[in-house]
Amino acid sequence: MKEFLEGSRAVAEIIKLCKPGVISAYPITPQTHIVEELAQMVANGELSSQFINVESEHSAASVVLGASATGVRTFTATSSQGLFYMGEVIFNIAGVRLPLVMTCANRAISAPINIWNDQQDSISLRDAGWIQLYAENVQESADFHLIGYRVSEDKSIMLPVMICMDGFILTHGIESVDMPKQAQVDKFLPAYKALYKLDPSEPLTMGILADPDYYMEARYAIHATFKDVLELLPKVSQEFSDIFGRDYKDLLVEEYFTKDAEKVIVAMGSVCGTIKEVVDELRAKGKKVGLLRIISYRPFPYARIYEALKNVSKVAILDKSVSLGAYAPLASEIKSVFSNKKKLPKVISSFVAGLGGRDITLESIREIFRKLNAKELVQEFIDLKPELLKEQYE
Amino acid sequence: MKEIRIHARAGQGAITTASLLGYAYFAEGKYPYAFPHFGAARMGAPMNAFVRVDTKPVRLRSQIYNPNYVIIVDATLMRGYNCFSGLLDNGIAVVSGKEDLEVPRLKPGQKVFVVPANDIALKTIGRPLGNTALIGAFAAATGELKLNTLIEVVKFKFSGKIQEGNIEAIKQGFEYIQQRTENRV
Repeated sequence: MKEFLEGSRAVAEIIKLCKPGVISAYPITPQTHIVEELAQMVANGELSSQFINVESEHSAASVVLGASATGVRTFTATSSQGLFYMGEVIFNIAGVRLPLVMTCANRAISAPINIWNDQQDSISLRDAGWIQLYAENVQESADFHLIGYRVSEDKSIMLPVMICMDGFILTHGIESVDMPKQAQVDKFLPAYKALYKLDPSEPLTMGILADPDYYMEARYAIHATFKDVLELLPKVSQEFSDIFGRDYKDLLVEEYFTKDAEKVIVAMGSVCGTIKEVVDELRAKGKKVGLLRIISYRPFPYARIYEALKNVSKVAILDKSVSLGAYAPLASEIKSVFSNKKKLPKVISSFVAGLGGRDITLESIREIFRKLNAKELVQEFIDLKPELLKEQYE
Repeated sequence: MKEIRIHARAGQGAITTASLLGYAYFAEGKYPYAFPHFGAARMGAPMNAFVRVDTKPVRLRSQIYNPNYVIIVDATLMRGYNCFSGLLDNGIAVVSGKEDLEVPRLKPGQKVFVVPANDIALKTIGRPLGNTALIGAFAAATGELKLNTLIEVVKFKFSGKIQEGNIEAIKQGFEYIQQRTENRV
């Protein structure tokens, strides 16, 4: 049924339908509304999860790690500094091969302290062994959580999933969402049955020391599983479409007017909606432009991206994060798609925009298309204010 | 596509205002996207809430720079900000304030309506929270939304005395503007 819901509310409603046994979280802007809503549902008796209040994000992540190890479905959510505070546990959850779903309400990183949106937080944890999916709108934010549990708990995968939704823009954005029924969700996502679990009656150990004889294989195994995730995402997408009627194609990327495009912007998350508006505007003027939206950032769909971009002459990458002292994260990975390839774009230019909530407007996107010409640009910051860069000492 | 920009201070209910307007558009079969932008994240700090609405799902995620409509919840904001910045040439502004409030001269095609929304709220709700009176005034000033839809939205969102008070506030806000537009003609 179509409802008019705040992004956070829509996510909370979906999590409720997924019936997690344990929820634990610590509030941080802009994630707070999600867990507030869930806490309310538990308090009202609408949701029979255990909601475990903790004193920090490190503990929240530890609680869901432990709970997941006992074989129950779990949920947590965070942003920015909270995600970083979870850091070591985040790597552990993947290392122990525990399935769970976490929302990352994307927010900039301190310092300077900033509560607004960019994607530096989740991007910085790209190597943690988590599947990362980036949503464009509230509907996807909700749907991807459902898909996240289905993929995470697949016996061939057993890896945690981070659903990344742009803070404020989506978490606090209210729009029309088609909310599924419980029966549909139950059909798509059966109850979680763990392969192994912590159980006093059948004791086993998880997360033990692996000495140099064993450690590499444990890490290799996660890496190898990510290849299976690339195969599984399109299948799960098909199942999702059959039950809910929304088609996310292969769930790896979305191609928007890329087929005959001469200029394509590659980006992730809600900014892709703004880019689509500019693509439509320029197409109406006869310009052959398009958008390649990356949905699955981990695993990174190299082959799929190659297919989408190999015949495009000019590619611009828009990063909403930076790797200070190096190419921006998405830019360096898109460039690596074409190493040793016969077909490749003539120009791959990279742009950074929207850091710390700097608004990305239609004009920002038009500027990227304008600057995407014969001269390759590296790390061009869009909407930068040069007057703020002058140094002054009293 | 229509765009509404709301100017308020954090804590004055601008997000609720945007959400109620959005819900009313949603109830009328449109695709609204209502969203806030905070300045300093504390009570009393100037902030904006926005509603962008279309007949198809809204994809544009930027803030609103060229609104069709501006709603000013706190008239003191006009001292430090140009709340009318970018308002379209045929745009309409609805300001919460006393009848004698001085508003800047706008372009010939633009209209400004002042509504004593907080006075209406004091009478109807018992607290000076003029948001629903402003929404009623907005509907009358712009013709964007039906009065009945707004009342239905309040019935859906609130209950008991709060519902009654807010429905009355919407009606009085609506009628206040309606009477003035009629007098003008």
